[in-house]
Amino acid sequence: MEKMLLKRVDIPNSADIDVAMKNGAYSTLATAFGMRPVDVVNEVKRANLRGRGGAGFPTGLKWELCSRVPGSLKYLLCNADEGEPGTFKDRFILLQDPHLLIEGMIISGFAIGAERGYIYLRYEYPTALVVLEKAIEQAYAKGYLGKNILGKGVNFDLSVHRGAGAYICGEETALIESLEGKRGQPRIRPPFPASQGAWRKPTVINNVETLSNIPYLIAMGADAYAKIGAETAPGPKLYGVSGMVNKPGVYELPMGTTLRDIIYTHCGGVRGGKKLKAIIPGGASTPILTEQHLDVTMDFNSLVAAGSMLGSGAVMVMDETVNMVNVAYVLVRFFAHESCGKCTPCREGTSWLYQVYKRLMHGEGKLDDIDLLLYICDTVKGKCFCPLGEGAIQPVLSSIKHFRGDYEQWIKSGKSAHV
Amino acid sequence: MSDQHEEAHFCRTAGEKIMFSDAIIDAIKKVQQRYPDQQGAVLPALHIIQKEYGKLTYEAMRFVSQQLRVPESDVFGTATFYSLYRWKNPGRHQIQICHNLSCSLLGAETMIKHLEKKLGVCEGEVTKDGRFSFIRMECIGRCDGAPAMLVGDDYHGELTPEKIDEILKKYE
Repeated sequence: MEKMLLKRVDIPNSADIDVAMKNGAYSTLATAFGMRPVDVVNEVKRANLRGRGGAGFPTGLKWELCSRVPGSLKYLLCNADEGEPGTFKDRFILLQDPHLLIEGMIISGFAIGAERGYIYLRYEYPTALVVLEKAIEQAYAKGYLGKNILGKGVNFDLSVHRGAGAYICGEETALIESLEGKRGQPRIRPPFPASQGAWRKPTVINNVETLSNIPYLIAMGADAYAKIGAETAPGPKLYGVSGMVNKPGVYELPMGTTLRDIIYTHCGGVRGGKKLKAIIPGGASTPILTEQHLDVTMDFNSLVAAGSMLGSGAVMVMDETVNMVNVAYVLVRFFAHESCGKCTPCREGTSWLYQVYKRLMHGEGKLDDIDLLLYICDTVKGKCFCPLGEGAIQPVLSSIKHFRGDYEQWIKSGKSAHV
Repeated sequence: MSDQHEEAHFCRTAGEKIMFSDAIIDAIKKVQQRYPDQQGAVLPALHIIQKEYGKLTYEAMRFVSQQLRVPESDVFGTATFYSLYRWKNPGRHQIQICHNLSCSLLGAETMIKHLEKKLGVCEGEVTKDGRFSFIRMECIGRCDGAPAMLVGDDYHGELTPEKIDEILKKYE
């Protein structure tokens, strides 16, 4: 497949507006502004674009809900919090092609009737902050941002809002709270952000990769776009592969490429010729898969059928030497640290899980601890506001399901790993 | 996070007008224009002060509260929620080393032990010469270069103990 999202990434100095424009940036604005906003929304709906942040919600539908709410003050938020462990795909666009994202946001704002946008950027991307602020400044200077863009009466203002280190702010309602200057704790839904979001105004929140698809989708039209990749979720997908593979990195492939293709054809297989043991297909909160799942196609529906999720498309590969108890420990430690504390099952559950894993890692575990872990997961499951708690138990449940032997062996050995 | 807060000295100075430099006041006024209400500027205002002074203090939070006319309790609640607002000064170069899964699979714990030995400090402490401090991070989005760390704003990846030694030499 010819690269779309990463087309300009390898061009030297591609974050500069002149270089980006020479290579097609902002060329779709005129096409989009020649359409009615409702037609842009319908085009995205027809293309069946699904959100690339994790949940896979149909983008066009989200836009339609927001655009139908009466009132002139609406917001478009870009989720660049990219905190899901293993995920680094958006970083390539933020650093190398910020103008693709800005163009996507201008078109999206036009479609839903929002004249104000924010990019919620995670604190851990200091370089991206500099690049984005410069790119926005350049876009204002060229008249692509601000009032009366291209003389078509379209207005769009954009700025970066920097987070301060909280995974939970990648959850859309927590992101809104954080943008409003508050603690990043999720809100109850309904009302959904599409009707009452930032500052209680209709708001659309889309991931960096989702918004970056928009200029290409509009330029090529929904019919051509829908022919790329999986029928149930078309388009190009950025797969970020890390862990024990020969060539880790971000790969732009048609949605629905198999795990086997990604790991063996594109990433050069497992490091040191070792045997594959486990794969996390979509970031820390997606259930762990094994070698027998290598032929699953990496799209939303197929991964659910296989017992996992596409999440952010962050593939983490583990070889035969890895102790899965340690893997679950590292991930549970993360979730315990990041639970926002709003819901008791998540706040207490994640920290109890962490305590039990610490005991296991210190060689003080008992075989009963496996059942205790499962019991704690049960007290969290389905009892939280937002998906963090649900995500936190996935590494526990799936590692026990597929690698119970690792737990038993580790506990019986009485070994300790001081981590 | 809570350990850090216990160490912070939140001295109460009720009624006293707290002043920061004009440059900071101007920067906060400028960033306020981006938001439809005053509270929106809480996070950026705290960032501005932390960038200038290296950390936040009780006075800083009171100042932001006064500047933005947001209740102190709300500013305090926000500031203490996030992991990367600091309550004590880091070293001249703050090392942020990732210990999440992708980095951990490729040896993050070995790198962290090496750093501890090399610098002679534990997580959160500053070296005697004030040059370095280090903290563990939950995924810095550099999984393709695991194990990875940030020194200040600079990224360094595919770390080995030898490479860490070379990198540290570059920071005075």
